[in-house]
Formats: sequence, C-alpha cells, structure tokens
Amino acid sequence: MNQVERSTVVGSQSVPQQHGKSSADRSEIHRKLLTPNKSHMFGDLSGRVITLLCAGLLIVVTLSITYFIASKGIATFAFDGVSLSEFLSSSKWDPEDEPAQFGAFSYILGSFIVTVIAALIAAPLGIGAAIFMTEIAPNFGKKVLKPVVELLVGIPSVVYGYVGLTLLVPLIRDSFNVLGFSLLAGGIVLSIMILPTVTSVATDAIETVSQDLRNASLALGATRWQTIWNVVLHSAMPGCLTAVVLGMARAFGEALAVQMVIGNTTKLPGSLLDPTSTLTSGITLNMGNTIPGTAYNNALWSMGLLLLIMSFLFIVLIRILGRKKMV
Amino acid sequence: MKDRLATVLLTLIAVIIIAILFGLLGFILKNGAAKLNWHFLTSPPDLLNPGGGIGPQLFNSFYLLFLTMAIALPIGLGAGIYMAEYAPDNKFTQFIRLSIEVLSSLPSIVVGLFGLLVFVNLTGWGYSIIAGAFALTVFNLPLLVRITEDAIRSVPRDQKEASYALGVTKWKTITTVILPAAIPGIITGAILASGRVFGEAAALLFTAGMSSPDLVYSNFDLNSPTSPLNVFRPAESLAVHIWKVNTEGLVPDARAVADGSAAVLVIAVLIFNIGARWFGRWLYRRMTSASAS
Amino acid sequence: MNETILHDTIISTDDLCVYYGDKLAVKNINMEIQRNAVTAFIGPSGCGKSTFLRCINRMNDLIPGCRVTGKIEIDGLDINQKQIRMEGLRQMIGMVFQRPNPFFKSIFENIAYAPRFHGTKKKADLEVIVEQSLRKAALWDEVKDRLHESALALSGGQQQRLCIARAIAMEPSILLLDEPASALDPISTAKIEDLILELKEEYTIVIVTHNMHQAARISDETAFFLMGELIEKDITSNIFTAPGNKKTEEYISGRFG
Repeated sequence: MNQVERSTVVGSQSVPQQHGKSSADRSEIHRKLLTPNKSHMFGDLSGRVITLLCAGLLIVVTLSITYFIASKGIATFAFDGVSLSEFLSSSKWDPEDEPAQFGAFSYILGSFIVTVIAALIAAPLGIGAAIFMTEIAPNFGKKVLKPVVELLVGIPSVVYGYVGLTLLVPLIRDSFNVLGFSLLAGGIVLSIMILPTVTSVATDAIETVSQDLRNASLALGATRWQTIWNVVLHSAMPGCLTAVVLGMARAFGEALAVQMVIGNTTKLPGSLLDPTSTLTSGITLNMGNTIPGTAYNNALWSMGLLLLIMSFLFIVLIRILGRKKMV
Repeated sequence: MKDRLATVLLTLIAVIIIAILFGLLGFILKNGAAKLNWHFLTSPPDLLNPGGGIGPQLFNSFYLLFLTMAIALPIGLGAGIYMAEYAPDNKFTQFIRLSIEVLSSLPSIVVGLFGLLVFVNLTGWGYSIIAGAFALTVFNLPLLVRITEDAIRSVPRDQKEASYALGVTKWKTITTVILPAAIPGIITGAILASGRVFGEAAALLFTAGMSSPDLVYSNFDLNSPTSPLNVFRPAESLAVHIWKVNTEGLVPDARAVADGSAAVLVIAVLIFNIGARWFGRWLYRRMTSASAS
Repeated sequence: MNETILHDTIISTDDLCVYYGDKLAVKNINMEIQRNAVTAFIGPSGCGKSTFLRCINRMNDLIPGCRVTGKIEIDGLDINQKQIRMEGLRQMIGMVFQRPNPFFKSIFENIAYAPRFHGTKKKADLEVIVEQSLRKAALWDEVKDRLHESALALSGGQQQRLCIARAIAMEPSILLLDEPASALDPISTAKIEDLILELKEEYTIVIVTHNMHQAARISDETAFFLMGELIEKDITSNIFTAPGNKKTEEYISGRFG
C-alpha cells in the first residue's frame, strides 16, 4: 500500500505541470489568490471590531454600575460616621433626629421576610406546575399552561402591586381585622410575581432529566408518583433550586409592587400581619425627597449598595447550583 | 392511592395558576372597562377634578419604548452577534457572560439609581426622557443580547457552511445569510422585550421622572419644554403613573384613573405578547414558503 | 497502475494529515487529481474521505481544533499558506454538501449571492449568470417562471441541483461534491449523475460517495480510503475489476463497509 502512495508522488514530479493551462494563466491565478482584497478585509475587521465593542460595553456598564453605586453607598460609612454594624443590626431609623440614627435592620429584615414568604408559596406551586407540565399532561401543559405562564411573566410589576393594593390588602384587613398593609401582603404579591419564573426554569430542569432514567424506574415497578418523587425530582433538584433562587433574587429586588402593599413603616414588625418596610420600598419612597449629599440620602444609597451585593450573592448561589448540575 | 392523590394535587396547582391569570386579567379589565374611551386615552390628567386622562403618559410610554429600542437594539444585536459568532473560549468571554448575568439579574430599582447618578446628574440632563431611555437600555440590553445570540445559534449550521464554501467572508455571511435567517427569532424576542420595557416603572422613577409637562402635540420644536418629542423634558410613563396615582393619591378619582391605566397597560402588554408570537410565526412562514420573494 | 489515461494534474497532495485535536483523522495522503475528470472517493463511513475533500477548499478551517499538516497544491500553488485569500480560493472551488442547503432566499438570490459578493453588481449581468447557471444545472426549465419564489419550496432533488447551480455561478474550476445524492430519491439521484457527466467537460469534479455503483458509473478515477489512509487510487475500471490491494477487493465485493 505504501508503494502505491510513493508511486503517485513520483508521478507528480515526473508529469510536466504545464500540461493544461499555460504558465501565464497559472501565475495570474496565483497572483489573484495571493493578493489580499482590501475591502473584504476591512469589512471583516470592522464587523469584528464593532461587535466586540458592543459586547465590551456590557462589561463597561456592569463595572460602572458597581463602581458608582458602591462609591455612593460607602459614603455613609466613610464620611457620615455611621458604623457598618449599626447600619446592619440596629433597628433605630430616624434620619431626621438629632443625632440622626441609621439602623436599617428593619428594612433588611423586611426584605428577607417577604422574599422567604414568596419563595415558600411559589416554590411548591411552581415546581408542582412544572411537574404537571412535563410528567402528567405534557400536551395540555404545552398548549395551555405554558402560554399562561408566559403571559404572567409579561404582566408589569406595578399591575401586580396595584391588584395587591385593591384586592389583597382589603381582604387581609377584613379577615384578620388588621391594617391590611403587611409582610404577608408583600409576600403573597411577590409569590405570584415570581411564580412564572420559578415554573419555567423548573420546567426546563425537569425536561432535561433523561427518559431512560424514568423508564428504568418504571420498569422496576415504581408508580408514576414514586418515579417523579424519587428519580425525576431527585436528579432535577439543583435545577429546581436554581429556579427558586432566581425567583428569590427577583423578589428581593422588586420595588414598586412591594412598596404598594407593605405599609412603609420603619418599625420592626411583630407578626406577619404587621406593616413594615423593605430596602426597595425605603429607596423608592425617599430617594426623591432627600437632598443629595446629606447623610440621609447617603444612607439610601447604602441600601442600594446592599441590594447590589445581594444580587451578586444570588448569582454566586446560582453558579454554585449550576456547577452541581454538571456532576 | 398516593399516585392518584399526587395527580389531583398537581392538576389543582395547574388550575390555580390558570385561575390566577384569568382572575387577574378579568379583575383588571372589568374594573378598567369603564375608563377605556377615547377621552381617557388622549386627555391630560387633572389634579383637581375627576375625569382626567392619561394621554401624555401613554405617549411618553411609547416614546420611551421607541428611544430605548433605537439605542438598545443595535448594541444588543452587535453584542449578540459577537457572542454567537466571534467570542473565543477565554476569560474575556467568560467575563462578558458574567456581565450579562449580572445585568439581567439587577433589581430594576438599582438600574434606576445608576441612571440617576450617570444619566441624570453626571450628564446634567436632569429628569428626562433620554435619561429614562438610557436606563431602560441598561435594563433591557442583557435580554436583547441573549435573544440575538439564541436566534443566531439556532440558524442551521449548513446555511453558514454554504456561504463560506462560496468564498464569502465571515462578516458578509453574518449580515447577508445568518442575520436574515435569525430575524424571526430576533423580532419575536424584541417585541416580547418591548412589553417588558413598556411595563417597567422602577427604573424610570428617578430617571424619566414622575411628572409630565402639558404637551402641545403640534409643537415640533425639539427644544421646547412642551414639545412631545423633546427628549430633555421629564416624562412620566403609564406604569409610573399607576404607581404615583396610588401612592400619592392627589387625583380626586385616583381609583378610577388607576383602574383605567392598569387596564390600558395590561392590554398593551397582551398585545405585545400575542403580537410577538403571531408575527414571528408569520415571518418564519413567509420566509420559508413558496410565496416569499 | 501508473498507466492513467490522464496526465494533467490540478490538485496534488504531499503527506497531507488532518488532526482533530490529538486524533489523526487523515494520514499521510499523497494523491494527484486530474483536470476535467471525475475523481470518486469511496470507503466506509469515517474513513476520512470527506475530511480529505474538505482540505481542498479549506473548509476544515471552520472546525475548532482541526489542524492540517503536509502540503496540498492546486496548480502548483500551496493553498495552506497564510497569504492565501480564502474568498478567491473558494471562488475557484465550488462545493456541494450532503444535504441540500439552499439559503432562506429566493431561487434568484441563491444563485446571484456569490457572484454579487465576488464583484458582479449589475442586475442585467446577474440575470445572465443566473440563467446560465440554472441551465447548466438542468434546472432552468423547471424554475424559470418562479425565480423569485423561495428556494425552500423546491423538492429535495431540485434543491440539490440549485446548490450545484449556486456553485457554478462563481465560475469555479473545481467542484467538490460531498455525497451529493445520499439524501435523494433514485430519480433525483439519476438526474444528478447525468448532470455530473455533463459538467465534467468544464470542471474538475471530486465526488465523495458511499455508493460504489455510483462511483463506477460516473467516475474516471477512484480512490479507496480506509481508516484515514489512502489504500489505492487508480482508473475506475481497474479499481472495480482488478484492484491492486486486497482490502480494496474485500470492500468492493462487500465483505465489509
């Protein structure tokens, strides 16, 4: 076999190359193939550079958001003499008192509580709906439930807040004989807001569970529910957790919908039916009414910085969960 | 037994979710129905007497949407093309991906705060449409990048191969073969994103502002504060209006105005959502069917 | 075996190797391909025949991690050198793929696409090119009344002839066909084969096929690949009647593959 190859090589050297085309033709072709085309090269290069700049802009924006918010948010601690531990742990918020007090604990607590309530309600509903869509009734799920979820995603958060204000707050007021504006109202509004996010991400996660795994379980005599509970949910767990964390990230950062139903008092809540504030509602209400550069205004920026840091933490959490999925 | 119980429970959840959507829509549309008339849609709000409308807010929302898309779409397309076609597998690309992730999970109020610092104060524009449009661009950009990247990646590989095999350069291949084939996906996504922009309020509170001057629609002087097209005037959008009417409640018929505004906003968003799906399908069919030109 | 009837080499390779990452996919190929002849590459799937074909117009450049060593010359010019203008090289070498892949554009735009890129801007000129190319691809009569309809409305066989017309429109001198009929029905396949026999008057044609009968019907020379190596290459009648290598004989007679 090697002999065959060799003989062809020898052939290539022995056969005179000018057989077909004249050497003039040939050098013309060579010249054409070796001369760069300036306009093509320029077009190609400018396309690459322009799209690179667009992509690079994303980095610039991200870094400048971090820089600007951080530099304003740090002022509270750097210039106004508020200690970080006071800001984070004290619940005495009285920025217009003498001396002013900037304990943001009740805001922070409010944010966390509404987020947890939202997750507790949305997680079972969302994951349940995801299971329904993939395991119980894929056809109905795809034709009806999926579009419904997608429409829910599209409804603006102010509308959720507004419905909470006109429907939910009076309902809580009448049922429990309280003010109505409350942590509970905030949590419920948020849960409905994040429900579509949780549902669609969880659906994606469950859909990626391989059919072989399901079949193996069913072949071993497990019922459908046992299969879903032990096999499907087990292997889709990191994805479902990601769905819930994504929902929580959204809930934690939501401003207007919460602000409309939370009551906006600065006191620590005694129960879920008490009004309180969140970081976002505090910023929303006061940022426009305080003078830039004052300690009060700076404290609001510190709250913004806290929101940003939480947003980063949620991303870290999602990345950790994502890595788990790979294993 | 457990099996049946679980099925019933899961079905119940599905029913609840569907009920939530239709309950929400029914509630909003029923309450707002009385307000859905030409007068309400076009006349300015009235702070003293009942019967004011949402004309300027509605106009502002559309104008903001238009400006936002005009800024964000080219950048989003460019970045999406880069991520789908050029981005090498290295640290820089990973950093861009991280940026997209960070931007898309930023609370919109934080985007609004950034807008306040940079587009309102640093530029000296004050509360203005242009500041609002830039803030919404930041808010919207990661989504557009993802939409473009996904749409480009879903173009069949053989289209690209065919073009390269004909000696066409990469950039020309992108602009003349890949982008046109990705257009239905990009447009569908962009319309959906428009719905999101249209309903966004928190990012606008401290950028486009919470007030709108009386607009004179015949005034085309771009520097005049009453010109609707002046991008340096403050502009309260419809979504912001709903929030403001509810929290400040200065308008005497606040409840009715809020009902009507919410209904208009929801209808607009529904149109964006359903329109996007319909238009995308139509465009795709047109491109791949015998009647295309 | 050296008594080939043609002695006008257009493509020649010298120890050509292709790696995918660390894996050697094509090993030390030394081959000559003759001008205005049909050369068929046969061999079981995964034998490297398509990979080798894609070296000729450097389509392997598009595959990340793919590396080509050795020399490949077209009319004496080393085409793996850096200075080669890819647009020019690929204009000279048309390629048709396994599955018909017309652009999501009209029939006219499909054909006019490459000539327009390579410098023909005038509509009248393009119209001439489109008609000529479609005629050469034996498609003109079937589509002349619907040039501005989508190419995706054509049948699979028509789409593949459109792809041939699209390649011809650049006025290449070489046509690379990568299993062009494998996705088509027998009637469409026969049409493509007739077309290839006609086109060989003007073009050097290299065709990859897994169909030995097809190679026997249309090619002048046949090269047999196995596990990334060139086992033998000879005029087609020799390969099919008196192969020089035992493995070729086993493959031809259907003992493996």
